[in-house]
Amino acid sequence: MALNFQWLCYRSLTVFSNMLSTIARINLVSSHPEVYDPCDDSFALVDALLADRANLLEHHPSICMEIGCGSGYVITSLALLLGKEDSGAYYIATDINPHAVRVTCETLLAHGCHAEVVNTDIASGLEKRLSRSVDVMVVNPPYVPTPEEEVGRHGIASAWAGGENGRSVIDKILPVADKLLSDKGWLYLVTLTANNPLELCLQMRKKGYASRIILQRSTEEESLHVIKFWRDLDTLLEANECMGTEQNRKWTSYRIHAFYSIFHMEIWETEF
Amino acid sequence: MRLLTHNMLSSNIKGVTNGFPLRIEVEKVIEKEVDFNIDFLRNMFAKIEWKALAEASRTMGYSELPDDAESSMLDSDEFLRKFHHALLELHLEEGALVCPETGRKFPVNKGIPNMLLHEDEV
Repeated sequence: MALNFQWLCYRSLTVFSNMLSTIARINLVSSHPEVYDPCDDSFALVDALLADRANLLEHHPSICMEIGCGSGYVITSLALLLGKEDSGAYYIATDINPHAVRVTCETLLAHGCHAEVVNTDIASGLEKRLSRSVDVMVVNPPYVPTPEEEVGRHGIASAWAGGENGRSVIDKILPVADKLLSDKGWLYLVTLTANNPLELCLQMRKKGYASRIILQRSTEEESLHVIKFWRDLDTLLEANECMGTEQNRKWTSYRIHAFYSIFHMEIWETEF
Repeated sequence: MRLLTHNMLSSNIKGVTNGFPLRIEVEKVIEKEVDFNIDFLRNMFAKIEWKALAEASRTMGYSELPDDAESSMLDSDEFLRKFHHALLELHLEEGALVCPETGRKFPVNKGIPNMLLHEDEV
């Protein structure tokens, strides 16, 4: 009886605290020496999701996925800001680090949320059946430029070691994202200036994605961007048109030039 | 791990062509109540491989799902309740997922499937 009462108090407290917060609370985020704690990049991603919340709610995603969930701060925040009670979405989070998947489960539990968590490399094992199904994907990849041999190490290094230009893992994730995103799928990706976000946007543009930098933030150590990608029919048609002949190549370079201008404008727009 | 996730997982070992569905080895099943959401079930129905779900739920000790299902059944509240229970409320807490082609076991501990491959399987 006493136990039941305690549980009831605990439950009421968590329900009450959840009503107050639309994102994960740092003091409820679990941790482990081998798991990356939420930091500026995690906060930037969650702030970008918060700023885009109205659009996300209107988007009515059925399947939301995080690749590289680490402490679980981002997937928990996403579940909370979409409203865990009645949004009716399936949340799935992956991480290559066995400690991280456990910590993510603890963080979700502490917030009264649920996501399915899988210990795997990027989305290995899920690519076939989740193909063209994910409506919202969030990724805070290991983006720090490091020697190539540091990529793929176990434990906490997997959270940041990004190889040359910090692009080794990002370049593996983007084709997987392209495969998994549904027709209305959105991808939110954290990058660093060193990752060459412009080139990433152009690369995705060739696959038919429009993109926008929805948040830019400079910290003492790094300059972070959160890029939102979405499938866009016009972009896809342009990409198909622009392949091939010399004439088309000139046309492409003109478009890339135009895109550069738009890109810079968007940075300017999102500067704080 | 919910059976919804089981339905989305395939064996990822290099060279395996028929990696779905993974056979379930049960050590511990737990049930957790989840809010009933008809729109969600209707959305998911189109993505689900029914036979794999029915078979998996039987392995987990729940034999109420019919062998075959079609979208017209989504009008039946009774069917939706059973579908909801099998898809979302049954959790494989401890056990393994077994590749149908090679027999390789992917362990499931504390509800988390481990799909990490050994070097010679990638």
